[in-house]
Amino acid sequence: MNNMKNKPQTITEKILAAHSGKKEVSPGDFILADIDLALGNDITAPLSIKKIRELNEQKVFDTRKIALVPDHFTPNKDIASAEQCKTLREFARKFQIEHYYEVGKVGVEHALLPEEGLVLPGELIVGADSHTCTYGALGAFSTGVGSTDLAFAMLTGKIWLRVPESIKVIFYGNLKPWVSAKDIILFLISKLGVNGANYKSLEISGEAIGNISIEGRLTICNMAIEAGAKNGIIAPDDKTRQFIDQVNTRKRPFVLYYSDKEAEYERILEFDAGKIEPLVAFPHLPSNVQKVKDSTHIKIDQVVIGSCTNGRIEDLKIAAEILRGKKVHPEVRLIIIPATQKIYLEALTKGWLEIFVEAGGVVSPPTCGPCLGGHMGILARGERCVATTNRNFIGRMGHPESEVYLASPAVAAASAIKGRIAHPEEV
Amino acid sequence: MKGKAHKFGDNISTDLIAPGKYFHLRNNLEELAKHVMEDADPEFVKKLTPGDFIVAGENFGCGSSREHAPRIIKIAGVSAVLAKSFARIFFRNSINIGLLLIECNTDEISSGDEIEINLEKGIVINISRNTEIPFIPPPPFMQEISESGGLVEYVKKKKRLE
Repeated sequence: MNNMKNKPQTITEKILAAHSGKKEVSPGDFILADIDLALGNDITAPLSIKKIRELNEQKVFDTRKIALVPDHFTPNKDIASAEQCKTLREFARKFQIEHYYEVGKVGVEHALLPEEGLVLPGELIVGADSHTCTYGALGAFSTGVGSTDLAFAMLTGKIWLRVPESIKVIFYGNLKPWVSAKDIILFLISKLGVNGANYKSLEISGEAIGNISIEGRLTICNMAIEAGAKNGIIAPDDKTRQFIDQVNTRKRPFVLYYSDKEAEYERILEFDAGKIEPLVAFPHLPSNVQKVKDSTHIKIDQVVIGSCTNGRIEDLKIAAEILRGKKVHPEVRLIIIPATQKIYLEALTKGWLEIFVEAGGVVSPPTCGPCLGGHMGILARGERCVATTNRNFIGRMGHPESEVYLASPAVAAASAIKGRIAHPEEV
Repeated sequence: MKGKAHKFGDNISTDLIAPGKYFHLRNNLEELAKHVMEDADPEFVKKLTPGDFIVAGENFGCGSSREHAPRIIKIAGVSAVLAKSFARIFFRNSINIGLLLIECNTDEISSGDEIEINLEKGIVINISRNTEIPFIPPPPFMQEISESGGLVEYVKKKKRLE
């Protein structure tokens, strides 16, 4: 990308310009951009499909560039969910949508799509799900939109966007033991506040991020929305290339974009990652962050390890390492949710599922499940849960008087053993 | 545009606006609308007269991308939401479905206040307190979508003009 004549641009600006036929874009510009993929799930896509039916449209813009992932209430929780999924299934068949995932193949969308090679660096992805910002971890621009946007995107291949200002975040140094990607993003949200990056692009960089795996980077970008961000993005590197080599079985071409050195940022924030400790977000905001070691008085009723934030291989691996040969506290229900079938299978063959069951945990099929108060682990009045999920708003996992504490898989596993919020060092 | 204010605080999430526990009604927005804002104020729907306003603090509509949230606010008869700031997906969803959002200082508005919105002048008039609050009207591109009744209607209109 040698555009010496152009004004210096951020990675986000470059991707948006390339997708709207422009040489350059500036924050505040409204653009109509071409998308590489439109994503919908069993909650959001039915509203889009209804719109498409009302318009009496007979075809989508590209049958290969739409992904329909019924992951929220599957396996079907009730009749209403079954009807929703049926709507998706029938639409997918009629419109010949290539990437429709039936139960047995389906996984939590933001874990599934990177695994399937459907999201690549430099691409522009929109999804009717707020955590679509996850794919920024691969150097793509991806953002959450609504059902009307999705209908429009499926029909036209386009999305209207306001070009966001960018905030650059640099994490220097190296992480301490037991500190993970989840702690980095909780730390950042606590510094920014839940709307500190509203409408903005969060460009996350630095030595500590370079040392984090792709899975960890997916965790970080996944929660950019919890600071209000339009997208989270991490510049691609060797780890990105290696990951893409593995998953890009369709050999689709892609472009690596990097921010120019003189690119303009609204703010630049710098942090020493070596000072971050294991953290937990208290109810009822993801920004309400405390140190785990100051939170060990909080007794709990349930632990959930899973979700689009932390339901991947590394997450289950560390949970298994901590739970090996241990027992879940008698007053705690431990629910483990591998995010995709591939992850489930790997956890099975590596013997981790055996560890979870022997410890007294239960393993769920891939689903968003309890994260959004859907099913598979809803909380009663007054109950407390440590979850590796992404939101702890009032009523998020069940009763409005229940409480969700957000933490890393290591902290969640340690807490399951102790029956209270616990530091992994304790077990 | 005139009506009564119903005041809420900061960070009203889509989980509060459209609670997950009623998601069995998500195919039936008219029914779901009977529970709008229920976890924030169980009496809200009872107190609401069509044409009234939701008034809130910072970051209204944070959280999930569920378009059910702005849609059921509109179906319930709320004519506009006034807040200090809006979360971005809620913001774009509201534009796309034609729900009016006003970003302004809401400190001087309380529940029960009679308010009027003048879109041309960009002012919120608090009739009960005899005060005026200025706001910056949304950019023309967004206004055009809103005035068409939403993105789909906007596109239809554009197609007709082509």
